[in-house]
Amino acid sequence: MSDTADRVQKIVVEHLGVEADKVTQEASFIDDLGADSLDIVELVMAFEEEFGVEIPDDAAEKIATVGDATKYIEEHKG
Amino acid sequence: MRRVVVTGLGLVTPLGGDVETTWNNLIAGKSGAGPITRFDTADHKCKIACEVKPADHEYGFDPDRRVDHKVQRQVDPFIIYGIDAAGQALEDAGLVDMDDDLKLRTGCSIGSGIGGLPGIESESIVLHERGPGRVSPHFVHGRLINLISGQVSIKYGLMGPNHAVVTACSTGAHSIGDAARMIKDGDADVMLAGGAESTVNPLGVAGFAQARALNMSFNDRPTEASRPYDKGRDGFVMGEGAGVVVLEEYEHAKARGAKIYAEVVGYGLSGDAYHVTAPHPEGKGAELSMRMALRKAGMEPSDIDYINAHGTSTMADTIELGAAKRVFGDDLGGASMSSTKSAIGHLLGGAGAVESIFCILAIRDQIVPPTLNLDDPDEGTEGVDLVPHTAKQREVKAVLNNSFGFGGTNASLVMKKVD
Repeated sequence: MSDTADRVQKIVVEHLGVEADKVTQEASFIDDLGADSLDIVELVMAFEEEFGVEIPDDAAEKIATVGDATKYIEEHKG
Repeated sequence: MRRVVVTGLGLVTPLGGDVETTWNNLIAGKSGAGPITRFDTADHKCKIACEVKPADHEYGFDPDRRVDHKVQRQVDPFIIYGIDAAGQALEDAGLVDMDDDLKLRTGCSIGSGIGGLPGIESESIVLHERGPGRVSPHFVHGRLINLISGQVSIKYGLMGPNHAVVTACSTGAHSIGDAARMIKDGDADVMLAGGAESTVNPLGVAGFAQARALNMSFNDRPTEASRPYDKGRDGFVMGEGAGVVVLEEYEHAKARGAKIYAEVVGYGLSGDAYHVTAPHPEGKGAELSMRMALRKAGMEPSDIDYINAHGTSTMADTIELGAAKRVFGDDLGGASMSSTKSAIGHLLGGAGAVESIFCILAIRDQIVPPTLNLDDPDEGTEGVDLVPHTAKQREVKAVLNNSFGFGGTNASLVMKKVD
């Protein structure tokens, strides 16, 4: 697992209170991890904080899986 | 007429994370007071409180038992305490697994006096220092007073009345009284009712200290600071926690063979119409409230064996006692009257519910909890049994609980043993 993927997983585990092994790159925040739309807003804020990236609303709306988040962060972090 | 009984109890207090631990410690004369651990009190005039203890403490509270991790991260402590106390009460009543029909007839009336002040404080700092884009999306619904009732209804699928009282320090008593009426009126067969509070944060402590309501002269002796009716009393000690009861229509409870603790027979309410923080000097509002509760119960003052006083350890104690004497007689008609705030502090919006549970347990165990630190009783207390220092075994068939709040709001509940 890349450093980014590892840190994303940690944030998701902490925020959603789910088991780490469930937080795969394919896992959907809503369908697999029990998140609601507000949880995703909060997760996006936490990713921005952790990685120093800005994730605009239109990009955040397209993040459905853990992998989507990891990919966006890898492409946009400084 | 539909009768309302209590069939379940739940407590989170500075003396325990459940009912029996709290009650045993209370009867043993323990105090929940200590130095504030939640924040640095160096600049504060008040440095003590009755905090709910962490899970690893001898009588601590473990939020993981009944509150989801995700919810814990999103909401203020008063909501966590409220959800847990409600869960305890449902388990105690044997109502965790309700059928769908009963869920439609079961509601929540769990309030708070102030609500999520710690979260309001911390998120204001985020807004100020880091801007609106960093404010949590869970900020609003994690602080709102009605979100105990909201969270509990979602967790257990309860679709009956969803209500939340906000009447400062009489919230807990009003919550139970209002919920009992909903059952009497046929709006519900079962109601979870109570109150919760947690404002042991810098803004909460500073606010009450500036209002000259908190004790600030016993910082070095926290367990002696809450001393209702004592000459040395000098303000209340802030407490935190929650109390929730299961109220149930009597025939419904009987039909399912539920354990019945007591019947809620009288509910009195009044306003002082006098001052925002000070009670009416003659205690007129308190007297009206007690008299209404007795009238509704169809009982004589002499029927009451135990009064759980509002008794905050302020100058107002004497005013309440004067009102009680006018209602019950100079010796309170032989009733015992104690203030359990001497042990757990003032739980504000949770107080009326927690103290009602103490009243119910007094009926169950035929013992009345003590008023701690009553070393030098104030003038006017002669001939009144204020249960100083140690709990007292006695007959307890009927009880009255008083709760009064800022704004001049008063509530009294009368409960009695069901034969």
